[in-house]
Amino acid sequence: MNFDFSDELKQLREEARRFLHERRALAAARRVLDAGESFDRELWAEIAKMGWIGAAIPEEFGGAGFGHLGLCVLAEELGASLAPVPFASTAYLAAEAILMAGSPAQKSRYLPKIAAGETIGTLAVPEGPDAVDLKRLAASVAQGRLTGSKQPVPDGEIADLAVVAAQGGGGLSLYLLELGGAGVARERVATVDPSRPYARLTFAGAAAEPLGGAGAALLERLFDRAAVLFAFEQVGGAQAALDMAKAYAMERYAFGRPIGSFQAIKHKLADVYVATELARSNAYYGAWALSQDAPELAVAAAAARVSASEAFSLAAKENIQTHGGMGYTWAFDCHLYYRRAQLLALALGGLRQWKDRLIDALEARNTGELEGAIGIAP
Amino acid sequence: MDFEDTPQESHFRAEVRKFLSANAEPRKPGTAEGYRSSQSAPGALERAKAWQAKKSAAGFAGITWPKEWGGRGGTPIEQVIYNQEEAQYAVPRGFFEIGLGMCIPTLATWGTPAQRERFAPPALRGEEIWCQLFSEPAAGSDLAGLRTRAEKQGDEWIVNGQKIWTSGAHYSDFGILVTRSDPAVPKHKGLTFFFLSMKSPGIEIRPIKQISGHSHFNEVFFSDVRIPDSQRLGPVGAGWQVSLTTLMNERLAVGDAPGPDFREIFDLVRRLELEDGPAIKNAAVRERLAQWYVRTQGLKYTKFRTMTRLSRGETPGPEASIGKLVSASKLQEIATFGMDLMGMAGIMADEAVMPANALFQQALLYSPALRIAGGSDEILRNIIAERVLGLPADVRVDKDVPFKELPTGKR
Repeated sequence: MNFDFSDELKQLREEARRFLHERRALAAARRVLDAGESFDRELWAEIAKMGWIGAAIPEEFGGAGFGHLGLCVLAEELGASLAPVPFASTAYLAAEAILMAGSPAQKSRYLPKIAAGETIGTLAVPEGPDAVDLKRLAASVAQGRLTGSKQPVPDGEIADLAVVAAQGGGGLSLYLLELGGAGVARERVATVDPSRPYARLTFAGAAAEPLGGAGAALLERLFDRAAVLFAFEQVGGAQAALDMAKAYAMERYAFGRPIGSFQAIKHKLADVYVATELARSNAYYGAWALSQDAPELAVAAAAARVSASEAFSLAAKENIQTHGGMGYTWAFDCHLYYRRAQLLALALGGLRQWKDRLIDALEARNTGELEGAIGIAP
Repeated sequence: MDFEDTPQESHFRAEVRKFLSANAEPRKPGTAEGYRSSQSAPGALERAKAWQAKKSAAGFAGITWPKEWGGRGGTPIEQVIYNQEEAQYAVPRGFFEIGLGMCIPTLATWGTPAQRERFAPPALRGEEIWCQLFSEPAAGSDLAGLRTRAEKQGDEWIVNGQKIWTSGAHYSDFGILVTRSDPAVPKHKGLTFFFLSMKSPGIEIRPIKQISGHSHFNEVFFSDVRIPDSQRLGPVGAGWQVSLTTLMNERLAVGDAPGPDFREIFDLVRRLELEDGPAIKNAAVRERLAQWYVRTQGLKYTKFRTMTRLSRGETPGPEASIGKLVSASKLQEIATFGMDLMGMAGIMADEAVMPANALFQQALLYSPALRIAGGSDEILRNIIAERVLGLPADVRVDKDVPFKELPTGKR
């Protein structure tokens, strides 16, 4: 049994943790939030230089070739630090879509620039609160021109390249679109977590080229893969919120003793710990399935996603509760985690959708396999 | 990252499989065992003893015990591998775990080499069964509040008092016992530890009828029971330290709460028709299923993380402490929900007609015990908060006060 990351990747995780701490990534998130900025451009450049963005991009396309397990450990640390950079949109969504379905020419054109931090990518799927059904998306492409509107689009304001889900080519398809071209209008939208900006993109005949493969199936698989990476961000965030609550519970005194000595606080934080460890274990299994491109990915990704969304939401809200009134102030960092927890829990579709997806995936599988694909009864 | 055994582990697993397939019947799929109900079946003890003798002869009884105790001198990961494999066979369980996992290790740590040589081998072969006399009516989670008195008289100790929740006292040959020898000092300092024959004059054992209808536990009454001083383990007044050895030796938590788990509830909802169609298509059902699935799998992969550490010869991390806390309440929830799905018929516990042989109904009645035994949910949360998260201990009003001056409630 070797259900752990390699020493090399654990070292990468340590380096990432140290770097993000020394670079004060959390303070950068607050600055972006306070100033209404889009991202920390310098931090983004430094991250690119260390090869993080291209962690899972093969070396032939300018990546660092750490593989997806490398991307997982980086995601955990980025999630813990709340680093205000367009990492998820670029690395988990745009780059992954191109890796999965791009032609050799598209890969050569875009992946090296993505890995170098020169091209920020994003994925544009939803069209507002009414259009959650992927089959009924209104955006469409005809003769290589995209018309329609997408919102919310992560990092839509600053992205150079978008993967867009739209009707065309006989059904839902994915298209690649350079956002600097004609026919694209962008506008920032208000969200629950302004430390990671979202935008409304309006397309009036913008040039779009198809990204190969059947759109709906491709999108589903892309979401499965991204769900594992998001889960690591969420586990990192949950652990950071728990650490923050724990530290406060030890230094804050009430009734003549540290509040962490009261069972009401202890039991609450013990529950957060349990949820976080379960989420971490589910995320590990997701990482394995992702790195092996295993048939279990659909189940593993949905389980990792549900578990991690629940853990981070719990950790973030109980962190505020542990801090009492101070936790509700703008000055304390509790709300940064609270906002990010909700943002990440919704970014790929909410808990209800993922729970449904999980049961769908289990139904599709033979009950005989329930005990796991690895032949060891629980 | 992989799930493979190391070459040594794989070799060991093959050896275990060879032994099991030659000596035991595979468990039929979908026949989850109810909680200890199999122990009350006629002839269960004899079958268990016969199985233990076989296991011991093949060298699989005391896998992690040192060779000088008669064990295999193996590693914790080998114990885990053995447990995984044995779980797939219908073999008797539940009679020897306390003795081999807690009592004998305590005796071997604190007793004389002669005592170890006398008691370890027969326990290993299943010839002598041990029980643990710790909890009392007024001392459960607060074990150090126990009141069973031991008074020295010459070379003997005279014991009076009552123990409770003693698993298997009625079929045990020996027991380990913690007593109060000095009520004039603070509670943790006035305890003394012994082992004794359960056939000693003055011991009376009364089964406790549980809400499940079974009687797994007992009350044990001591009336002037005489224990030779040579059966004292550890110094006079050091009973608390000795007890900690016992509690630390609780066997590797590899087993989940027995009974209906995700698999059983998933099977149930796949067969069951509700008013508006198949249960599996019902949104409320799917929501709950997803929660139990991620908790079940989360625990499974947490165990894999623990096994990985063991496999590398490391100590399990703190994540190993969450198993029972999560699985016991999950079991209770699954049992209740499964019954709710059956509607008006859900109250029936008739094994002949109810789904899964009425396992959900049985689990409803025994699951409360699992949230209490072996560390209650509340104590486990305290342990996680204090030992894993490092939160400060609760303010104690009983620490530096002589035991006899502590206030007591009515019960």
